[in-house]
Amino acid sequence: MTEPLLKISHLKKRFGALKATDDVSLTLMPNEIHALIGPNGAGKSTLIKQIAGGLRSDSGTVEFAGRDVTALGTVARARAGLGRTFQISSLAMEYTVLQNTVLGALGREGHVMRFFQPVMKNRKLVDQGMAALTRVGMADLATKRTADLSHGQRRLLEVAVALTLAPKVFLMDEPMAGLGASGSKRLTGFLHNLRSEAPILLVEHDMDAVFALADRISVLVYGQIIATGSAEEIRRDPLVREAYLGAEDAA
Amino acid sequence: MARETLINIALFALLPVTAGVAMVMDEPFIITLVTKAAILALAGVGLNIALGLGGLVSFGHAAFFGIGGYAMGVLASHAQSYTPLMETPILIEGTKSMLVIWGVAVVTAALAALLIGVLSLRTTGVYFIMITLAFGQMLYYFAISWPAYGGEDGLSIYIRNDFPGLNTLDPIQFFAIAFAVLAAVLFVAGRLAKAPFGLALSAARQNPERVETVGIAPFWLRLVAFIVSGAVTGLAGALFADLNRFVSPTMFSWQTSGEIMVFVILGGVGRLFGPVAGAALFILLEHVLGGLSDYWHVYLGLLLLLVVLFARGGLIGTLAGRETAHD
Repeated sequence: MTEPLLKISHLKKRFGALKATDDVSLTLMPNEIHALIGPNGAGKSTLIKQIAGGLRSDSGTVEFAGRDVTALGTVARARAGLGRTFQISSLAMEYTVLQNTVLGALGREGHVMRFFQPVMKNRKLVDQGMAALTRVGMADLATKRTADLSHGQRRLLEVAVALTLAPKVFLMDEPMAGLGASGSKRLTGFLHNLRSEAPILLVEHDMDAVFALADRISVLVYGQIIATGSAEEIRRDPLVREAYLGAEDAA
Repeated sequence: MARETLINIALFALLPVTAGVAMVMDEPFIITLVTKAAILALAGVGLNIALGLGGLVSFGHAAFFGIGGYAMGVLASHAQSYTPLMETPILIEGTKSMLVIWGVAVVTAALAALLIGVLSLRTTGVYFIMITLAFGQMLYYFAISWPAYGGEDGLSIYIRNDFPGLNTLDPIQFFAIAFAVLAAVLFVAGRLAKAPFGLALSAARQNPERVETVGIAPFWLRLVAFIVSGAVTGLAGALFADLNRFVSPTMFSWQTSGEIMVFVILGGVGRLFGPVAGAALFILLEHVLGGLSDYWHVYLGLLLLLVVLFARGGLIGTLAGRETAHD
């Protein structure tokens, strides 16, 4: 059997009496989209931060392609090959769209302590930045100021910056949020193909997208994974229906 | 050509043109004023690398300005009294060579910035402001209580230091030196801002989380920016002491830190030529309003208030409009 690219074992995080992450284990296999769903307050954001390195875990381990990265911070995990997108767009707002992706390309290349040659005249970095924009269909917006982008465009730019990192694993926190029906559909198609480059751990509220994309789905409720399985298994799981889908049906 | 570039060129030409006119009209005092503006602008260009590009609100840049000043004062005072700086383990003599003094000023200021930066860059926001202020004040009181180099009274240097091939006591020639240094540093600072380092540093100011997520650590960017910034301000300090042929603890005072910050804010935070505009305006106001009233700082305060409230981009921002993102 192939090794998982991302392996989380017995991860825990407590805030006072609240068990935000309660013994969570999950894996992400090559070429896979593994969706993480759960009602609001289930602990998805906390878990994402623990995986990305922004939040130290109380116990448990995070492994990347067989390498234990538990002790590493955000920067080192990004360098180890984690491409993250944020739930709330996190971009350099004063920069142009292209500058944001060039920043990503620069981060991947790693030689940031260069003080003299203009970065926007660096053919290699600019080409990588443009290539990522082209892939998400934003090439014509390259010179636009990021602050002037619409919400949906910012979401796509987040994905484009993650692409410039050419990561081993994507970690996407609600990439569909606020995209609208057609945008969401387009991104769904895009992510469907992206999995062959690197597997995606996808946190998403858009159930149409999740059921269309995910090879496996894990359901997180009160910091615990109550079920993991294919879309069909999750749909039929009585625990999940009660905790999650049932509640939504009722509403 | 972009409007900001035209304004920058005009502004930059204003310094040598004014100095030239003053030379023709035989007004050495005006030349000295323009020289002072150029040197203070240089100090501001230094601060602007940390403040404008890196978002590091350092309220302690007087530390570097003063270190530059004392590098000149200590070396030149030993040279003029013919006493060595130290004899054991190696003999170090004073010097009257401007180039050597600049080298010592830049290296010492950079080392101090490394030390202060490592300690203070762990904090952000108001704590960073306070800790940089504290370092500046520490050096201020150290200079006051150091009798070997004049203590509170400071050090007088009788003859300006030497520069190969020039008569540094001639006001216009000393202006030429200061202006050339300013031009060179502006060129380097402009390249720095557009280089990969500048892109990442400015991104870390806008959104540190974004920079971390692409695998770049903001701390190192900020530390290097702080060191370069301190070194430039240190160089300005050495020139300033040479201009006055005098150095005193006032160069270390927090008022000095505040003034350098005022140049940057008046001219335009993050604008390459902002400190030039700010320092020139400051000297102009000091000269014109200072002649009218001893309390001219009241008007300066009013102007600063107006800039902060209504013209965030400072003088350059008001004239040139929003910064065009470079492509």
